[in-house]
Amino acid sequence: MKNTALFLILRRMRAPILALIVTYAVSILGLVLIPGIEADGRPQYLSFFHAFYIMTYTATTTGFGELPVPFSDAQRLWVTVSLYISVVAWLYAIGTLIKLLRDPALQQLIGQNRFAAQVRRLNQPFYIVCGYGDTGSVVVRSMIERELGAVVIDSNQDRLNELMLENLPVHVPGLCADAGLPANLSLAGLNHPDCRGVLALCRDDLVNLKIAIACRLLSPGLTVICRAQSHDIEANMESFGTDAVINPFDTFAVHLALAVHSPDLHLLYEWLTAIPGMPLPERLNPPHGTWVVCGFGRFGKAVQRHLEYEGVPTVIVEKEPVKTRAPKNVVIGRGTEAVTLRAAQIEKAVGIVAGTDDDANNLSVIVTARELNPKLFLVARQNYSENDALFQSARLDLVMQRARTISRRILALVTAPLLTDFLRLARHQKPAWAQDLIGDLRPILGGLTPDHWSVSVTEEQAPAVHAWLQAGNTLPLSLLMRDPRDREQHLHAMALLLRRGKEEMLRPGEETEIRPGDTILFCGRRGVAEHQQRMLTEDRVIRYLVSGETRPQGALWRWFARREA
Amino acid sequence: MNIEKVIFSFFIVLALTLNFGFFLGDFDNPEHHNVYELFIVVVVNLIATVLKFGERTQMGAVLLATSLVASLQLIAAVLVWTFAVHINETGVTPSVIGTIVSLAGGALVANIISVVLLVIDISVQRR
Repeated sequence: MKNTALFLILRRMRAPILALIVTYAVSILGLVLIPGIEADGRPQYLSFFHAFYIMTYTATTTGFGELPVPFSDAQRLWVTVSLYISVVAWLYAIGTLIKLLRDPALQQLIGQNRFAAQVRRLNQPFYIVCGYGDTGSVVVRSMIERELGAVVIDSNQDRLNELMLENLPVHVPGLCADAGLPANLSLAGLNHPDCRGVLALCRDDLVNLKIAIACRLLSPGLTVICRAQSHDIEANMESFGTDAVINPFDTFAVHLALAVHSPDLHLLYEWLTAIPGMPLPERLNPPHGTWVVCGFGRFGKAVQRHLEYEGVPTVIVEKEPVKTRAPKNVVIGRGTEAVTLRAAQIEKAVGIVAGTDDDANNLSVIVTARELNPKLFLVARQNYSENDALFQSARLDLVMQRARTISRRILALVTAPLLTDFLRLARHQKPAWAQDLIGDLRPILGGLTPDHWSVSVTEEQAPAVHAWLQAGNTLPLSLLMRDPRDREQHLHAMALLLRRGKEEMLRPGEETEIRPGDTILFCGRRGVAEHQQRMLTEDRVIRYLVSGETRPQGALWRWFARREA
Repeated sequence: MNIEKVIFSFFIVLALTLNFGFFLGDFDNPEHHNVYELFIVVVVNLIATVLKFGERTQMGAVLLATSLVASLQLIAAVLVWTFAVHINETGVTPSVIGTIVSLAGGALVANIISVVLLVIDISVQRR
């Protein structure tokens, strides 16, 4: 595999090199045999060395002149002939080489070899991202920000060029190939010891399905997260144990229903799954009452189902009720005209969801609906990222972007598995619980979206804490949230979840005593995790936090300290 | 009959025969070793080497290796000759020709191996 490119070059260069050797040999032989200018009555002959020297500067058209001695006319004639032949031979050789290097097949081969080498050299945990569209690019960028590596496969060279221009802080290898072929997945490091999983985010559900199957069979231990837009494929993927199948429509509908059910919980979810260090999003207050859903495709169906589940009545507007199997009381029409919207009693509704697969129609629905009822809560589905500017200036309350919806869930799954558990548990809490948590978090975060991280009290990840606990000491959770530079100060962080064996404690109290083997999910300001890391790994930091004394480091200072005492 | 095989075998055998011709004669007698013959040997050996470029078979790889050895030995011999005549200007003395012939002898061994491998390859194919 690796040497194929070299073999190809050598094989194709055979003829040009032979031509060069033969022309040189003939020219040199001619020069040696042709008599030069006579000196003291005898013709002078060139030696092989001089002949080779002359050919070297003649064939390459350098042309030093008649060196080392002036030529006879016979020699001049031969040099003229040799010059033309050898220059043609050189052009032939160089032309072939350049053509070879520009050969698309060879280029692809070289690209593949380079890609494979880059993947082999990766030495930090990474995910294989199949499909670098809107979703893939957001996921890759966020993963890199959280210090996870990525390898990209996409069948479109334009998208890979975008990856190259993305200016990411870490190099992300990219391969232009069909991710559905197992060979390409292997090339991307499916069997690499640091490969953590595969994210199948291609536009085509069937390709994602192929990827999921290939990963299950070739590398069963890996995490596989797939995007799927149809329920058939979703069920198929789940049937052979794909770790997570993300349907953008369902995910968004769950999200919207959550916002209706408990705005605070929704806000908490927004905060924790956002990219760290961005301005904090504000609370949404979707009103309770009848909602109008325009478009009863996959998205409309998902929204209707989840809103009904929350007890919110809906009116469906659909142009083709038979094809989409809409319920009987459907209003027939696109929803872009005032007539249809009035028929759907838009004046009495509290919210509208424009969920067709056409961005222009969705915007039109929103604008018309707002004119008829200015108090509406506006939700629209955005199909293409090119229309960002339009959807932003439409002043919508909520926009469903496929890429953002999928990438958030993937990031939560990939960067902090514990966060997914936390959000699952949080969903079963009362709205007041979320309100309390939001109230407590707000001063800690200082206006920016939080970072989250988990700490495992094990010998590898937290050696200092582990040793401290093994020595029979106790350590309350509050201590892990003190500032290692000044123990009177608190770190801007909060413990969200503590897992001990099968037990899960939501918002563990400050006085909870840590035990070896615990895993704790924290959230806090960006950069706090690094400070906390110090107390996890350095013995003296823990000692300082517990007792307040700083023990001198090094033998000399210890000796000093003993003398002082 | 495969014309490619003919050319290939022709150059390998020619490399050996010319090499042997140059090697023949008194070991340290410059009169017995012709400079033209050495030139032709070098050219034919280079051609034989290039003809094996890009062979992906095991036999092709080994033949390429032996030819490379022969070519390098002969180029070393040429360099010795050039040094003696043009740079040190001692001329082709018996000691110089001894060095050249011994280098050519090494190349001869490599060329013999090439031909033996060629014969083995042909006999294995049984056609």
